[in-house]
Amino acid sequence: MRTRFQQQMEDLREKLLRMGGLAELAVDRATQAYTQRDLTRCQLVLENESLINAAEREIDEMAFDILATQQPAAVDLRFILAVTKINADLERVGDQAVNIAERVMDLIELPAVELPVDIGRMATAVSAMVRRALESFVEGKAELAQAVLEMDHVVDRMRDEAFITLVRKMNEEPQVTQQALDALLVARNLERVADHATNISEDVIFWVLGADVRHHAHAASASPRPERTEP
Amino acid sequence: MGVGITVEHLNAFYGKTQALFDINIVVQANHATALIGPSGCGKSTFIRCLNRMHETIPDTRVEGSVRIGDLSVYNGTSATQLRRRVGMVFQKPNPFPTMSIYDNVAAGLKLNGFGNRKQLDEIVQKSLHSSALWDEVKDSLHKKSGASLSGGQQQRLCIARALAVQPEVLLMDEPCSALDPISTGKIEELIFQLKEQYTIVIVTHNMQQAARVAEFTGFFLLGKMIEFDKTEKIFTNPSDKRTEDYVTGRFG
Repeated sequence: MRTRFQQQMEDLREKLLRMGGLAELAVDRATQAYTQRDLTRCQLVLENESLINAAEREIDEMAFDILATQQPAAVDLRFILAVTKINADLERVGDQAVNIAERVMDLIELPAVELPVDIGRMATAVSAMVRRALESFVEGKAELAQAVLEMDHVVDRMRDEAFITLVRKMNEEPQVTQQALDALLVARNLERVADHATNISEDVIFWVLGADVRHHAHAASASPRPERTEP
Repeated sequence: MGVGITVEHLNAFYGKTQALFDINIVVQANHATALIGPSGCGKSTFIRCLNRMHETIPDTRVEGSVRIGDLSVYNGTSATQLRRRVGMVFQKPNPFPTMSIYDNVAAGLKLNGFGNRKQLDEIVQKSLHSSALWDEVKDSLHKKSGASLSGGQQQRLCIARALAVQPEVLLMDEPCSALDPISTGKIEELIFQLKEQYTIVIVTHNMQQAARVAEFTGFFLLGKMIEFDKTEKIFTNPSDKRTEDYVTGRFG
């Protein structure tokens, strides 16, 4: 057994999970900041961002080191490629959370208005997608990842509905245009987080099954895989 | 040009011990095929069955069929006839130590009674060109012995010697295991060029080497061929768990 190599892979996995936790927390805090108009949470998101960026660099370095020194193959090679891509997606999730937090910091200055959109509900769905995508990574289970891909359509629909109702609101009540526009942009940020969760799930499927399911290719077309071995 | 190799139901024995179990494989002409697997898995025995070297060891036996192009290896073909079409390069470079560089390359042809000096000169030059050694030895062809060359040069000399008899298949049994990375790189480059004219079967312990030089890879374990597929598939997404465990180093 390549003990040192296995340890390096385990360290990489743990590091990515910790980063996943940070990204998940950032999204939750940013959406809570929006629904509760909470400046403190906005600041926490901004502070958290530098931790996510540092983790991204560290994970890239670890993966680079393993590639350079250990020449991983097969499931290990797919794992490292998946980790580097998931890493980039998690960093972008962090960026979306920052975008939401910055928007909240602006809109706190404006009067609160009733809007025909349930950002909280959308945030719950998006958070669940991020959490399940990370769970599929922890468990190495393609079925869990596949379920996340299916949830993406639901979030897309929520975003489309938000666009329609908020544009209508802007037309009917121009005085709330700024708040409606902010809500619309937050909906778009959340939808992008869902896209990143989708990417993460696709990478998990690639790692576990060796199948490329991006752009609507289907996992079922992949050849049968040997049972996965823990990295 | 290289020819394909078809192996069907090949079993090989050392006395009562069976070393290969029902191997079936089609090696494509003008491609490099790598055989990988842990020590003692049968990959060297297999390659030695392709040119009847296995039977040079006392009390050994082979069953099954091997065809090299239209030649049936175990049915009516003499070993000499066969080895003219199937060259072999071994783990340790083995030039004839007392012969000059020229004589080393010409040895096979001379043994076969080839006497035309002018043609011999041409073939020696061409073979040394093909093995990427010509520029390094052209001024000392007759002056230096094969043994005076470096390890990497000696191995390329052995490749030139194998090529001189104009084979169709080149078998390489861990040809780089005794060489430094620079010499290894040269041999690998050479394999790449040679497969335009020859069919190459290479046994290697270096999995990265298999991944670099071969289009097809076979994984052997305990005398059986567990998986045979395109090299890319073997190293990125093998079908058998045992192959995956081996290429990822989880084995042993």
